Order: sequence, then C-alpha cells, then structure tokens
Amino acid sequence: MSVEVCRIDDRLIHGQVVVGWGQPLGIGLIVLVDDSVAHSEWEQDLYRMGVPPGMDVAFVSVHEAIERLPRWTGEGPRGLLLTGDIDTMRRLTEGSPLVRTVNLGGIHHSPGRTQRLRYIFLTPGEEATLKMMEAAGTTITAQDVPATRPVPLAQLLAGCDLT
Amino acid sequence: MNLEESPAAAEQPRAIVAGHGTFSAGLVSAVGAITGRAGTFVAMSNTGLGAAEIERMLRETIDTLGVGVIFTDLPMGSCTMAARKVQRTHPAVVLVTGTNLATLLEFVMHVDLPLAEAAERAAAKGRETLKLHEGPRVG
Repeated sequence: MSVEVCRIDDRLIHGQVVVGWGQPLGIGLIVLVDDSVAHSEWEQDLYRMGVPPGMDVAFVSVHEAIERLPRWTGEGPRGLLLTGDIDTMRRLTEGSPLVRTVNLGGIHHSPGRTQRLRYIFLTPGEEATLKMMEAAGTTITAQDVPATRPVPLAQLLAGCDLT
Repeated sequence: MNLEESPAAAEQPRAIVAGHGTFSAGLVSAVGAITGRAGTFVAMSNTGLGAAEIERMLRETIDTLGVGVIFTDLPMGSCTMAARKVQRTHPAVVLVTGTNLATLLEFVMHVDLPLAEAAERAAAKGRETLKLHEGPRVG
C-alpha cells in the first residue's frame, strides 16, 4: 500500500472519503485506525457496508497501525489512512515516521470548540496538539474534498480563511 | 440549524429525510409542491455536524416525534451510518438509502399502511423510476 492521504475525519467512512477522495485517487484500501472500532464487530460491519466493491477496509488499533505501516508501505493498492480524532493521529505521528502529512478533513462542532473553517472546529487543546505535531515535523493542512484548496495550519489557526 | 422547517408543520411527521447540504430540504419542498404533504417529513442536513451530532439529532427527532422511517441519500453517507447506529437501539426504525423524489412521493401516498410497508413500497418505487433514456439516433 502506498499511503496517499492520512486524514482526520470524525465521520470516519462516509461519502467524502469513499467518493470524494477514494474515486479520484483510486484508493483501494482504507485503513481505519481507531482503538474502539478495532474491537467492535458491529461497528466494523457498519463501516464495511459503506465501502464500495473494489475497495477494502482494514480496522486496526493505533498500536497495530504503527506496527503494520512499514509492511504496508510501498506494496499493493493505494491507501487512505483514517482516524476519527486528532489525538489518535498524534499518536500515529509519534509512533511512525511514515505519517508525515496530515489532512484535516472533518472535525465538527461540539461544546468548547471554535469554528475555524466550515468543516473544522477546534478546542484550544486540539489547536495546541496540532501546533505541536507541526513543530515535530508533520505537515498539516485542512481540505475537505480534493477540489478545494488546502489551507495550511498556520492560516487555519490565524482565522483568516473561513471559506 | 440543521433541522429544516417543513411547510405543512401541522401534519404529523412520519419520517425523517436526512442528507448532505440541502438535499433533504429540496426533496421535502418538492413533495410539498406536488402533493401538499411536506409535513409528512422532517428534513435534516448533516452540514457542520460530526457523526455523534447527526446520531443525536436523529435520536431526538425519533424520540420526540415518534417517526419510524429514515430516508437518506448515499448508502455510505454519514447520515446512513448514524441511522444504522440508531437502529441498534431502535430496531423498529426502518432505513431507506438512495432516496429520490419518487421514493418520497410514494411514501406520502400510503398513510393508511404500516410504516414499514409504506417504506418498502417507497423504496421499490424509487428503484423503479431510476432509468436511462437515450436520445433519438441522428443520421
């Protein structure tokens, strides 16, 4: 697998991921990294239902992902690595040198979060985590679908682009 | 605000229509224009909502209004995923994916039927109306 996109999206597998990114990039494997889903058969069945024929999905914990990423890299289908929250992606970037570019695809409203883009809402703690990840060498941009312009983290946090 | 207002609000809602952008509001508006029965549906948009919020909104609407059917747009969309999670605790709720206008029009025509049966007929009608018509051959 060549990892084409490492995406944070609290909706996990849904239309933007499968159709918006999956089709134009020719994604053949979605690696859903989530400690809870990795141990929940019914949730795996649910997300499997959302994956079209020709696309596979692997459900792994953070630990398993870090262990298996070197083996996945470079062989097989084009892949999209997906987490539902920032902290899970932070753990991946800290545990694997192979995760160096992160796409903020959808972090939606919840109490304590401030809107940064139409599809990105962040708490002060989440903003600090993202800054820390970038300072450690991860490139972070926000982009919900491929047809839109990626917004660099600094610009996102400066609040100068709410389109 | 993601719960769209239905023009004929006095009517007892029987189903939720949930989808991306203004998909639901548009379909429900079209149902109103054709039949005057837009109040059969509660229109919901997933715009700006995370998975947990979509699920919470579906649950609240079901518990408050007692609706028994959820119509969604994409079979792999976030509204469908949320609806499937709701079904874990509300197994009587019926989910129809790939909804189009014909689906909803058929549903409103069967207020006399149990919800599950009306939903089944609606899904069948939606499938049946999706057709490709080629233009006349030239030359």
